[in-house]
Amino acid sequence: MLRPIPDTSIFDLRLARRGRRLNRLCSALCSPAEREAFKRDEEAFMSRFGLTDAEKELIRKRDFQGLIDAGTNIYYLLKIGSATGNGLYKMGAQMRGETYEQFLATRNIRGAV
Amino acid sequence: MGRIVAGIGLSHVPSIGPVVDRKRTEEPAWKPLFDAYVPVREWLARLKPDVAIVVYNDHAADFSFDKYPTFALGVAERYAIGDEGFGTRQLPEVPGDFDLSAHLAESLVYEHEFDLTLCQEIAVEHGFLVPMNLCFPHTANGWPVRAIPLQVNVIQHPLPTARRCYRLGEALRAAVETFPKDLNIVVMGTGGMSHQLQGKRFGHMNEKFDQWFLDQLEADPEVLAHISHQKIMEEAGAEAVELIMWLTMRGAVSPRARRIHRHYYAPMTTGMGLITFES
Repeated sequence: MLRPIPDTSIFDLRLARRGRRLNRLCSALCSPAEREAFKRDEEAFMSRFGLTDAEKELIRKRDFQGLIDAGTNIYYLLKIGSATGNGLYKMGAQMRGETYEQFLATRNIRGAV
Repeated sequence: MGRIVAGIGLSHVPSIGPVVDRKRTEEPAWKPLFDAYVPVREWLARLKPDVAIVVYNDHAADFSFDKYPTFALGVAERYAIGDEGFGTRQLPEVPGDFDLSAHLAESLVYEHEFDLTLCQEIAVEHGFLVPMNLCFPHTANGWPVRAIPLQVNVIQHPLPTARRCYRLGEALRAAVETFPKDLNIVVMGTGGMSHQLQGKRFGHMNEKFDQWFLDQLEADPEVLAHISHQKIMEEAGAEAVELIMWLTMRGAVSPRARRIHRHYYAPMTTGMGLITFES
């Protein structure tokens, strides 16, 4: 059995079940038409997938760690990130509680993006 | 008969795809990675492989948690290019090898008791395509080898154990060797090495662990077959658990296979490893 690891989310079935609505929404973003629909009317898009108010609020606030904790798998989160103009490193900086520049300064070769 | 001529363990970092597409491979930050593959491609050209079996994981491009297989094998004549949410890369469809896929499926299920999910359609994405870009670049005539996707659940726990992945590789070798046609086959184990993409530990890398993993892969893969997901995730980050797919590759080449190339580069958030074996 898995034990908790500090500052780390382990995506297991409990998280997957909790995040099922969020992950289905993200999954739809693999279609160009759905990405356009999301960008056109985020609220309607979220309602279509039956998100709870708390889940909707996480997307409105672009609270990426909150979305992870609510059961969004990281590889699904990348799709919301992309649709909202937040690449992996921007989301990562937010999850670390740093600015993008602060985060980049911690990297070995920051040009490899 | 079929013959596994080589195994390659390599990272499948998604940002490599656009770097290839936009011809940025000579930029100083990327050149060390791409230079490492020049001798690998020369070596592969000498081995003349017909088929690459690519052990990879889908990142929610074509598989979803509504139904999520532990091991899924492509059994088709060709594989489409998937859209992961960032648009479809302009790459030719990947030719498959249906006869070999069908033989592998029958052999793995009947003889070796690996109850695979068999897929007549898989749209492949960066987990599969980045290793293809690096080892078997396409030209105007398409891809230089046929390829078979073998998708592993490394993202929704419970995952298959490292030992199960290693045994799958051994079974793959035995299955290939009973294929009636003469075929040279390369097995690629992809993903990793150390990385974590969420939580306060976002960006965690551990070169010491990665080098140890490469050492053991060369010297004593049975040690790695007994490694726990917990240990990999604690040492190398939650997403580093993809490394169990390298064990399928290692199991598929002979235990006495010679290590040919080895490289490591960790510029941003992932320890990008490369190791090759010749049977």
